[in-house]
Amino acid sequence: MTATTATPGTTARDRFEPALMRRKLTGTFFYGACIGAIGILFFALLMLLYDVLSRGLPWLDPDFISGVPSRRPERAGILPALIGSLQIGVIVGILTFPTGVAAAIYLSEYAKDNRLNRALRTNISNLSGVPSVIYGIFGLAIFVRALGFGFTLMAGALTLTLLILPVVIIASLEALKAVPDSQREGAYALGASRWQMVRGTLMPAAAPGIMTGIILAMARAIGETAPLILVGAFTFVTFLPNPIEGGYTVLPIQVYQWAGRPQPDFQGISAAAIIVLLVLMLVLNALALIVRIRLSRHIQW
Amino acid sequence: MNVESPDAPVRASSSGGVGPAIRIAAAGERRGTEDTERQTVIELQDLSCYYGAFRAVRNVSLEVRKQRITALIGPSGCGKSTLIRTINRMNDLVPSYRTEGKLFLDGQDLYGSGVDPVAVRRRVGMVFQKPNPFPKTVWENVAFGPKINGYKGDLNELVERSLRRAALWDDVKDKLKQSGMALSGGQQQRLCIARTIAVDPEVILMDEPCSSLDPRSTLQIEELMAELKKEYTIVIVTHNMQQAARASDTTIFMTMGEDRAGYVVEQGETVGIFTNPQNQLTEDYVSGRFG
Repeated sequence: MTATTATPGTTARDRFEPALMRRKLTGTFFYGACIGAIGILFFALLMLLYDVLSRGLPWLDPDFISGVPSRRPERAGILPALIGSLQIGVIVGILTFPTGVAAAIYLSEYAKDNRLNRALRTNISNLSGVPSVIYGIFGLAIFVRALGFGFTLMAGALTLTLLILPVVIIASLEALKAVPDSQREGAYALGASRWQMVRGTLMPAAAPGIMTGIILAMARAIGETAPLILVGAFTFVTFLPNPIEGGYTVLPIQVYQWAGRPQPDFQGISAAAIIVLLVLMLVLNALALIVRIRLSRHIQW
Repeated sequence: MNVESPDAPVRASSSGGVGPAIRIAAAGERRGTEDTERQTVIELQDLSCYYGAFRAVRNVSLEVRKQRITALIGPSGCGKSTLIRTINRMNDLVPSYRTEGKLFLDGQDLYGSGVDPVAVRRRVGMVFQKPNPFPKTVWENVAFGPKINGYKGDLNELVERSLRRAALWDDVKDKLKQSGMALSGGQQQRLCIARTIAVDPEVILMDEPCSSLDPRSTLQIEELMAELKKEYTIVIVTHNMQQAARASDTTIFMTMGEDRAGYVVEQGETVGIFTNPQNQLTEDYVSGRFG
């Protein structure tokens, strides 16, 4: 059965198949390009790991973890910076969770679809793209100066909370939007009020996405450097930080300080500090994965 | 239930396509009291539904009687779902939606001032087109409604009773702690029915409850409906005329006019609608000539 519009003598096969080889070849090229892209990333990661591990591992020992910074590299330790990072992470998590989730629930469930709320949503997306050093300047003006927190860990944590709130709100918003409307209707049809629907149906259904977003945002906060330089983390501390009083430092800044010294031994302990930071990141990412699996064990859509 | 040949004699004739009326006999036998002697539970008086300026349903007046199954049939887009969602005020969730006319549940005007839609929805339950169990355990799915409504009794007992009534207990009694979403489609829909009857509604609305189910599960739901109507009043929207003929006592046929607004063409006992329709449109629809 040849096509009706064909000129005599040419079959459908002639007209449709000359490009077959080329079409398949294009697909093969694209497949190769994808492999290449992943390969670049993988290679870069391997190089980074090799470089850091080869230089840092010799310095990594229990004394390094439990020691305090010192003028002499062989006696220097990471503990104040590690505790500072952990405290920042926990405080940021505690502050971000209620605010971020509440804001996302407002935008997703309560806000009417009017111009104001659409502008709000767009601006939150934009906020997540603002360079982090800007947040540092803002934190310096508001938390350190105006609100009188001074150069304390609390001022740093509040600054980072502002920095990651947009990220958490957007992640939570996506998680809430991914819950099918039939879930909302199911709850309403049983006589649920809006809050009961949100609390009993929506939040459990969106919990995996929300919690993953918060943990990954915490990881980002722990890795931030620039804004904290402005709000006082760039200090030499040999004591464990108190959130509301006195100086503090965090892991990435400690890395930066040591890496800036000319002596090669400081390069070594800088690499060792990077390993500690990487392990911390790995733990948080693993935690995000576990929480996600655990919270979504009843969910299948 | 005999799974191998579910009500074989009835199904055997369903391939004909032209004569759905043949299957009324079964429904007729089930009928006890005459329709008109039954108490009216829901009454619509000159009810119109609007989405913004668009009138989706116009001037509907009908009565739904106690412990009967009332089927709403009609072509796609004729407003069946809009109408059924008006009965439990589900449409109030659509911002532009508005109702004109009156809707009475046991004599109370549901759209009167001071009527809380949240309270209405406990009294008028709803089962949806696609099973929508919550991402919780089977037990929690059933217990959710009673919990949010402040149920004071023994939840375990209520969950078991509701699951038994929904003919699901034997399937899930060992899986109460598993996810409700892990059940099969038909089981999920029966779980949704169990969840609905757990809050003891007066009316159960079903919006094409079998459209995503296989024939065997469909049959199970229909048998369950026949069982449930001993206690509940059921309104079902269906695209499946065989289902309306098999399962319902009263049938309401809707279609849409030139203005795309749905309206009721004919209503009456299912036997009459399918064997002796008074309106040409009804006859064309039930005999499969349009829609």
